[in-house]
Amino acid sequence: MNASFQHTDFASMYDLEIKHPPDAGGHFGRFGGRFAAETLMQPLKEIEEAFFDAWNDDAFHAERLQLLENYVGRATPLYHAERLSRRIGGAQIYLKREDLTHTGAHKINNTIGQGLLARRMGKKRVIAETGAGQHGVATATVAAMFGMDCDIYMGREDIARQMPNVLRMRLLGANVIPVDSGTATLKDAVNEALRNWVASCENTFYIFGTAAGPHPYPLLVRQFHTVIGQEARAQILKQAGRLPDVAVACVGGGSNAMGLLHPFRDDESVRLVAVEAAGYGLSTGKHAASLAAGKAGILHGNLTFLLEDEEGQVTGTHSISAGLDYPGVGPELAFMLEEGRLQLDAATDDEALEALQLLTRSEGIIPALESSHALAAGARIAKTMHSNQIVLINLSGRGDKDMNTVFKHLGWLENES
Amino acid sequence: MNIRLSKVFERCKREGHAALVGYLTAGDPDIATSRELLHALADQTDILEIGMPFSDPMADGPVIQAASERALEAGVHIGDVFSLTRSVRETHPDLGIVLMGYANVPYAMGFEMFAENAQDAGADAVLIVDIPPEEGHICDAALKKHNLDRILLLSPTSTDERIRLASENGSGFIYYVSLTGITGADMGDINLIRNKVTHIQSMSDMPVCVGFGVKTPEQATQVAQFADGVVVGSHFVSRISEAKDNDAILATLIDSASQMRKAVTSVSTAATA
Repeated sequence: MNASFQHTDFASMYDLEIKHPPDAGGHFGRFGGRFAAETLMQPLKEIEEAFFDAWNDDAFHAERLQLLENYVGRATPLYHAERLSRRIGGAQIYLKREDLTHTGAHKINNTIGQGLLARRMGKKRVIAETGAGQHGVATATVAAMFGMDCDIYMGREDIARQMPNVLRMRLLGANVIPVDSGTATLKDAVNEALRNWVASCENTFYIFGTAAGPHPYPLLVRQFHTVIGQEARAQILKQAGRLPDVAVACVGGGSNAMGLLHPFRDDESVRLVAVEAAGYGLSTGKHAASLAAGKAGILHGNLTFLLEDEEGQVTGTHSISAGLDYPGVGPELAFMLEEGRLQLDAATDDEALEALQLLTRSEGIIPALESSHALAAGARIAKTMHSNQIVLINLSGRGDKDMNTVFKHLGWLENES
Repeated sequence: MNIRLSKVFERCKREGHAALVGYLTAGDPDIATSRELLHALADQTDILEIGMPFSDPMADGPVIQAASERALEAGVHIGDVFSLTRSVRETHPDLGIVLMGYANVPYAMGFEMFAENAQDAGADAVLIVDIPPEEGHICDAALKKHNLDRILLLSPTSTDERIRLASENGSGFIYYVSLTGITGADMGDINLIRNKVTHIQSMSDMPVCVGFGVKTPEQATQVAQFADGVVVGSHFVSRISEAKDNDAILATLIDSASQMRKAVTSVSTAATA
């Protein structure tokens, strides 16, 4: 690699071997696969081939890692939250600071990777779905940097609750296309993006935002995000001299969870915990916990756990956090859960709001509502542990985009709804 | 191959015209009206595609999306889809019937039970938009056991390798998607469609039906000149949303269907077959 890195050891931090790959058809055990319409089968195969070709090309990684360092701001810090740890009174809490990346969330790791792939494939236009708007912003950012046309599909419901991100996308030159069908949230935005892609695949690359969807997206998104866990692993070994006892991440579709947890998959001593959005509580039925409360089904190109009724109709979800409001989950997480490698936890809307305030007051860090779910569960786990143990939590994004929601819940703004 | 479907194509060939394939979503706009509409369309078509409503119809345009939503809002269950199918079968013994939809509904029921019910209701074939040949392992054995053809799709993006895959793994007929897009979009260049369909026919023994985008009798006539079947979906479904009441829906559907019938049968395929 001949790119110029500020830190000579930067590129060497990353392991480029693809660990635990799916089978040739993209299956992780019985999950995953490529359940796509015929028109998309060839474009998906082309992306798969382009991905493996790029992944085996040093020049691709040189450019990708150079951008991750100098544009995104990697490596992100690993921060020992000592005051928070003392306040909780248990294990030492370390935060992986993805909130400090350019655009404010981990999503950019993936859009840089897929944007480079799109350019490599000669595509002039990119599209994406977005829930909280973080993936949309990260896609619009990369489109601006590479000079590509960009259309972002977003549920009308989400547009209303994530207006700052909608405006950021527009400022970046993207069209934000409101989606009114179905529940007007993330799943419907995916449907609409797929409908557009079927008609435009010849000149358009679909930058999929989470570690789900038809093969090769679950693999590709995971690979582009493993920088998170690989850095965290090296950093904790350096700072604490040992691996964490527990690694915790929130799960909507699973991109930040796969990014943090996957590099620890072979470290048997590390408990891997995925935290789902329990909304008003798992027993109320108003939540987005597809791993905990869903059953195996087929949606958006892959076989995975889904929230659905007994006849396979996909149901609406609820979470205070738009980024977790999705009825499915990445197939590899479903596989790791069935395999027994993944532990499940959940946090309600209220618990997430409390955790957001706790971190803000004790450390001066305002986390995204998504990440606050991981914090809530991580704190609960840490409390039961000894002070010489370590809990690693992925702080996947910063909270600026959520301030309106938070202020309303705190009663500081007039509640319009 | 299911015997009834092959007989449909044999009969059409004997009569010298392409097969007319009509689509409606089961239970749209409600179960009672849907039964009348399906019977009326069955009278005019050689093959009837009965859509199974789904919450997330990713390959469908606004017209069929809305049909799915109307049916689900009307409380249509998969059991109703089977009873509507059975009702049509009772009065139309020679009609080809295809159940069409998305993977998650039959998957939730279990393909074995789904196929048993479909066969029992009188269906001849199943078309699942999001189960390509590569993922057939989840349904093929059950469909075969219950003598149901598996209709596979091909599209303008399908390579020769994929045409072979569909020929080897599908049965009944090949459904050629005439455009890169969703149902109800505008039909593409007729010459490109003709070239691709002729190419597929040269590679496969199965009849090739062309769908997505056929909206006018003129287009149906054009397609009928080279295809073994012409599929009309969104155009029929849009009769439902555009009519002012149920009587009007029935009248306009019968009118549209008979126009399409005329358009398709007006072309003699004897010369090109």
